[in-house]
Amino acid sequence: MRGSRSKALHDRALVNCQYSMATFSTGERKRRPHGDRKSSEMTLHLKQTFEAAILTQLYPRSQIDIYVQILQADGGNYCACVNAATLATIDAGIPMRDYVCASSAGFIEDTPLADLNYVEEAAGGPQVALALLPKSDQIALLEMNSRLHEDHLEQVIEAASKACKDVYAVLDQVVRDHVHEVTTLLGE
Amino acid sequence: MASVVLSEAEKVYIVHGIQEDLRVDGRGCEDYRCIEVETDVVSNTSGSARVKLGHTDILVGVKAEMGTPKLENPNEGYLEFFVDCSANATPEFEGRGGEELATEIVNTLYRIFSNESTIDVKSLCINPREHCWVLYVDVLLLECGGNLFDAISIAVKAALFNTRIPKVRVLEDEEGSKEIELSDDPFDCIRLNVDNVPCIITLSKIGCRHVVDATLQEEACSLASLLLSVTSRGTLTCMKKLGNGSLDPESIFEMMEVR
Repeated sequence: MRGSRSKALHDRALVNCQYSMATFSTGERKRRPHGDRKSSEMTLHLKQTFEAAILTQLYPRSQIDIYVQILQADGGNYCACVNAATLATIDAGIPMRDYVCASSAGFIEDTPLADLNYVEEAAGGPQVALALLPKSDQIALLEMNSRLHEDHLEQVIEAASKACKDVYAVLDQVVRDHVHEVTTLLGE
Repeated sequence: MASVVLSEAEKVYIVHGIQEDLRVDGRGCEDYRCIEVETDVVSNTSGSARVKLGHTDILVGVKAEMGTPKLENPNEGYLEFFVDCSANATPEFEGRGGEELATEIVNTLYRIFSNESTIDVKSLCINPREHCWVLYVDVLLLECGGNLFDAISIAVKAALFNTRIPKVRVLEDEEGSKEIELSDDPFDCIRLNVDNVPCIITLSKIGCRHVVDATLQEEACSLASLLLSVTSRGTLTCMKKLGNGSLDPESIFEMMEVR
């Protein structure tokens, strides 16, 4: 038995995440791949997001491990992690309420921007990271830093939701194509 | 190291097969699995390579940064190695689980590259005693499928081959202080000569025969392994024994004949 027995929950599964960045992923070489504060914070965010989406009631006293490794970072790290982990969970056959799609958004020069890259994030403007369950429009995680006037908040969230829905379309298509291919191969 | 749990019957099956020169996947004792090497995979590094050897997947990134030369070698640049065992490879590597294996790999890499003829470190020097290039070689283990050291050495060699170090000019001021100017052209760079970089070959002793390129299951059955680092000219640069069992000297010489 691998996980910690003391952390096991009696009525649902425990979601255990680890967020790790390769040392060569950022422009400046990163000394510690995981264990620093930012990685721990991302780990907690991922855990929170997936506990909202995975049907943990079906697996009491068990543990689901989600390990994310960043190979190269160019902005939107958290969002790419969420999208990748969603596909991995589906590939593993773990039942979820809905896909979890994430996108970042910002507000520069009075325009809301979706999916910021590294240069735009480093510019210092407000950034919103949104993880959405697309069909029900429920928000799994919403995070914002820097300052943003509340009148603009709705526009920015709107931009992020739209980007999430676009990502959902892509993920859904990929999953359906894959299932179609596998069933055709098995069907023989 | 990552390992699988094998039943006694499976171990006996593997050992008997190897005694007949037939391994589980149909290879002979001296055959490698199919190796896939891809370079220039990570764009914001100076050089990178990805190697897939069966189920083993290694990603190496090299970053060149400016630093001060070490005191004992003021006219040379140097290499720094770092190994990260990703939790994706085995859940045992989560948190600090992979550190023991990582330290072992790093120490082996340092031993191999401590030889002067391996890499021309003098070409990495910019100003003696003041500036030099430091190459940070970062190894990322994505998946463990047996035979880690071989795959890592191939990946490191390929990544160093792919490394592009920008050309620098040293300008001297009137006061004598030196300024370093990087050339603007991204393609104006020096490449490293990796002809003398050795590759590691691991020979595992299973039963009374030895095999090259062991899978995880075969590693679980092996008594001990011998790690040899060999250059393209056939010179042996480093040798190391791993494992709990003991090897008698004749089998060591026999194994060396194989490579």
